[in-house]
Amino acid sequence: MSAPDAGAPITVAGRLSGYLRAGGVITPLLTVVLAFLIGGLVVLITGHDPVATYRAIFEGTGLQWFFPWISAADRDVAALNLQQTLILTTPLVLTGLAVAFAFRCGLFNIGGQGQYFVGAYVAAWLGSSLDGLAALPHVVVTIALCCLAGALWGGIAGVLKAATGAHEVITTIMLNWIAIWAGQWLFGQGGPLQNDTQKSVPVSSDVLPSARLPVFWGDPELQGLHVGLFIALAMLVVFWVLLNRTRVGFEVRAVGFNPEAARAAGISVGRNYVFVMAVCGLFAGMAGALDVLGWQFRVATNDINVSTIGFIGIAVALLGRNTAVGTLFAALLFGALLTGTSVRNLDPEVFEPELALNLTYVIQGVIVLFVSVDVLVVWLWRLRRRGRPAQEAPA
Amino acid sequence: MSGWATARRVGWAGVVLGGLAFFVAVPPLLVRTPVVPVVLGLAGAAAGAWALRAGERRIGWYGVAAGLAGLAGGIAATQSGEGNLERVVVWSALLAAMLRYATPLLFAALGGLFSERSGVINIGLEGMMLMGAFFGVWGADVTGTWVLGLVIGALAGGLLALVHAVFSVSLRADQIVSGTAINFLALGLTGYLVVDIYGEQGTPDNVSEVPDVTIPVLEDIPFVGDVLGQMNLLIWLGLLTALLTWVVVFRTPPGLRLRSAGENPLAAETAGVSPARVRYLAVTVSGMLAAVGGAYLSIGFVHSFTQNMTAGKGFIALAVLICGRWRPGAALAFALLFGFSTALAQRLPVFSPSAATLFQTLPYVITLIAVAGVIGRSIPPAALGRPLQK
Repeated sequence: MSAPDAGAPITVAGRLSGYLRAGGVITPLLTVVLAFLIGGLVVLITGHDPVATYRAIFEGTGLQWFFPWISAADRDVAALNLQQTLILTTPLVLTGLAVAFAFRCGLFNIGGQGQYFVGAYVAAWLGSSLDGLAALPHVVVTIALCCLAGALWGGIAGVLKAATGAHEVITTIMLNWIAIWAGQWLFGQGGPLQNDTQKSVPVSSDVLPSARLPVFWGDPELQGLHVGLFIALAMLVVFWVLLNRTRVGFEVRAVGFNPEAARAAGISVGRNYVFVMAVCGLFAGMAGALDVLGWQFRVATNDINVSTIGFIGIAVALLGRNTAVGTLFAALLFGALLTGTSVRNLDPEVFEPELALNLTYVIQGVIVLFVSVDVLVVWLWRLRRRGRPAQEAPA
Repeated sequence: MSGWATARRVGWAGVVLGGLAFFVAVPPLLVRTPVVPVVLGLAGAAAGAWALRAGERRIGWYGVAAGLAGLAGGIAATQSGEGNLERVVVWSALLAAMLRYATPLLFAALGGLFSERSGVINIGLEGMMLMGAFFGVWGADVTGTWVLGLVIGALAGGLLALVHAVFSVSLRADQIVSGTAINFLALGLTGYLVVDIYGEQGTPDNVSEVPDVTIPVLEDIPFVGDVLGQMNLLIWLGLLTALLTWVVVFRTPPGLRLRSAGENPLAAETAGVSPARVRYLAVTVSGMLAAVGGAYLSIGFVHSFTQNMTAGKGFIALAVLICGRWRPGAALAFALLFGFSTALAQRLPVFSPSAATLFQTLPYVITLIAVAGVIGRSIPPAALGRPLQK
């Protein structure tokens, strides 16, 4: 019997809340295992050794640092790698939140990448220009304005959705491409924000020392871990409190579950769409700011072409089931994966880093695919727990 | 609204006046005073506004938008040098380029039409295009002929679409999330394979390519010949596919079944149609068509494959489909409009080389405006995005 699914929650938030209740922590773990298995299959079919590949990737992540049994020398190497992993975890937490917050309101924000760029552009501009400011105000002002820029950029999609009903997936993708080309123009040759010293290099001016975030673990000269990590962790708390302990968050979740019911209850759905997209942009813009002020210190047009931090945020949020804790662990996983597959850490003898980058996309795709079909993973898990009442499964 | 001056006609007149406002200021007419485009543009916008007031919302908005756009474009043209205008606005070249840029959008939008008319949202068009683009080159390289390249590309796109169908029809996944996953998968797979197979050098230069068609009689007509005389075979095929899609979807029994699955699957099932089977078929066809559009990019247009070469075209195609209200003719019109904006963006750098990169945003900005302007007034199939109840 086929019929349109009239009674079931058709919003993403509605489905995911069912997923949340039904699967616990085990379904994301299963999803990850399945994704890595399929990724390994791709490696195997194209004639490489999946076990050696994954081992090489893991060795580059620095996660061995947590193992108590490794030698002191190994621990020093692992510490360097772990710093890189955490440097990437920092923006991924924030771009993950940018997607997760939208999901909780029933919106799908694919625009994290563009919002991240806008934040990074403003950081490169203000970080290199506001000369003579003391360190703390320089950093605070720059980050605040980056967040504002990201919020405005994200807010465009919210306004369009609220005013005309334009689907946020299309508008945010278009805004991504506009941000990419705008960056190519701003920092490209002859662009208004290109560096003043070398006119032939398409890169911004360097961020002034006063705007650079302090490094608290590792050597500041060798890309140590900057304090941005704590800002990202604080945002996880903000996200949780805002969503679960405030009136605003209640409205956001109500709209996510059922916009019609929320409207009937007197909640302005349109206003929530604008607010949520602006907050998402704020998170993603902050990610761009922390990356530029924390370790990149400049924006090059080449970086714009290859950056995927915003897109990976989608997988981070979905895998983390749009919760604060889940987002943290998913960001750590993808931060480790990116570090382990980087040109710097992966031995090309075992597996080419260019291939590994694309392998990351495949793994990401499989993860998103399985989260889209939460029912399947839950069902797989159910097979082991026969006899549980069926109505717990999300419709 | 009496006699011949219906709101609809007045609205269309507004569109025409808006177009004229721009047209008079560029070659060959080249009016140099801004007064003429201002008057024409305002008249167009006024006509549109009048139609709006008379209740013709869609065409009315088209009139207002065309009037204002024509006004802006016309003034810009009268303020720029004649030499530059002569170089930018070469109508035959612009129109030929418009058709080249419109073709991949048209294929993908028609693909999307099949999928969405059957009730399945297809965000994965972008990924399906990428599959077609890579496997088109690969197929043509391995088999030595573009015909098989095209077939292999289409099959690869169809296969990926089948994954989308399994997840969105049988497993009742969230169709937008599943489509996004499809895009990631295609991006990763094609990027992986192009590095693994072709390495640093990229795809070879001597791959068999889809040929241009020269039409003898047409070629000799002065203006028309410059535009249509020598076009890629796939451009003609795209126009033909638009026509065929209209016939199949709106004039045949299978088309009626397709639309019934997207409008009211329960009623379709009562009438003996299997909505699940219809949706499977439609999504697969959609992937194959999008892949042909992608293959046109790689073996018909730029003659190589580069990572993520579709650059958002799948999403622009989706916008084309929505603006075209899920109808082939209107989708063709919007594909041409977006193609024209890209063609124009490619020639604008004449005015300002330093802002050349910035003009690349034009197609995306126009998509944004078009989607925002039209979507509330564009009604999708009733059961779009709703999974079937088991």
